Amino acid sequence: MSGEKRRGWIQFSALLIQNANFRGFFSGKIFQGDTKAVCVPGINCYSCPGAVGACPVGSLQTFLASRPVKFPYYVLGLLILFGTILGRAVCGFLCPFGFIQELIHKIPLPKKKIGSFPGDRALRKLKYAILLVMVILLPLAMDYTPTFCKYICPAGTLEGGIPLVLFGSSKLNFPAGTLFYTKLAVLILLFVLSLFLFRPFCKYLCPLGAFYGLFNRVSLYRMRPEPEKCTHCGACSAVCPMQVDPSATPNHTECIRCGRCTSACPAGALHLGFSRRAGAAEVQDGER
Amino acid sequence: MKESPDSADKKRPAVLPLFLLLAGAGLLLAGLLSGQAQDVLMKAVRVCLECIGVG
Ligand code: SF4
Repeated sequence: MSGEKRRGWIQFSALLIQNANFRGFFSGKIFQGDTKAVCVPGINCYSCPGAVGACPVGSLQTFLASRPVKFPYYVLGLLILFGTILGRAVCGFLCPFGFIQELIHKIPLPKKKIGSFPGDRALRKLKYAILLVMVILLPLAMDYTPTFCKYICPAGTLEGGIPLVLFGSSKLNFPAGTLFYTKLAVLILLFVLSLFLFRPFCKYLCPLGAFYGLFNRVSLYRMRPEPEKCTHCGACSAVCPMQVDPSATPNHTECIRCGRCTSACPAGALHLGFSRRAGAAEVQDGER
Repeated sequence: MKESPDSADKKRPAVLPLFLLLAGAGLLLAGLLSGQAQDVLMKAVRVCLECIGVG
């Protein structure tokens, strides 16, 4: 089985495992078992009828928006552990919303898919602003308001909003208003963009991707290049869906560890995995 | 000569990931001891109106 296929199966399994309460989709009720005390590593809305774990971004905001404010020891500890062990491999392997965007991107189009475009690099910084403002500062400033969930999160709309508001049992009776339709528009826009661009939410908006990206240079799961084997043919950067040049910046913040470059390298100069020398931070790993 | 990514990898000690692992585990433990897992559970078992776009 090719690396890309294997990754697809892992992504599919991660989606199923994190949303294993299949009955919830028919009853319109969310899962209430103890596993919901544990945050999953990727974005997966805890109001999804299938979700058996908690969303780390939603949980983080809950602590920051509570009054008095609670320092989010538990969620931050889990996020640091996930980041240090896996970095953005969480995005590439475990995040259900990332997987869904990838599936949409696989739909063939008459025109060529878009890689990079003018302004792409600058737009990638937006996710850091969203992490700082929508996930940290605004919940701290506004009482009991998880602002990222409320105004942006398309996973909440897809996994929670659509099943509960549009198709949920009438007992729940959640009225869809302007806010719901605004968030639905964000979701639809992202899905349309996903046809042309690879994982637009992850590239430009995801606060969790921004957070894990900061760990790519130190995470235990990492890219190990063998520069003496590299012939600078450019095959790796040509196949990278995140527009990284792994021969120059193997542990770049944008790399989601999909492994396409390691398979494409004709010289076998790139390796992904857990390294015994994982503590090293490459000197050439800065932002391009 | 410019240092290659790999040679830099060999030279540096594994201090930062170790520190981060310990910090993460310490924070997690502090959170567990202060009952924050229960706080997460309480939030996660109720429908989050903001998340689904009606709150
Ligand atoms: S650098 Fe390689 S592993 Fe990282 S996103 Fe690009 S192709 Fe995937």
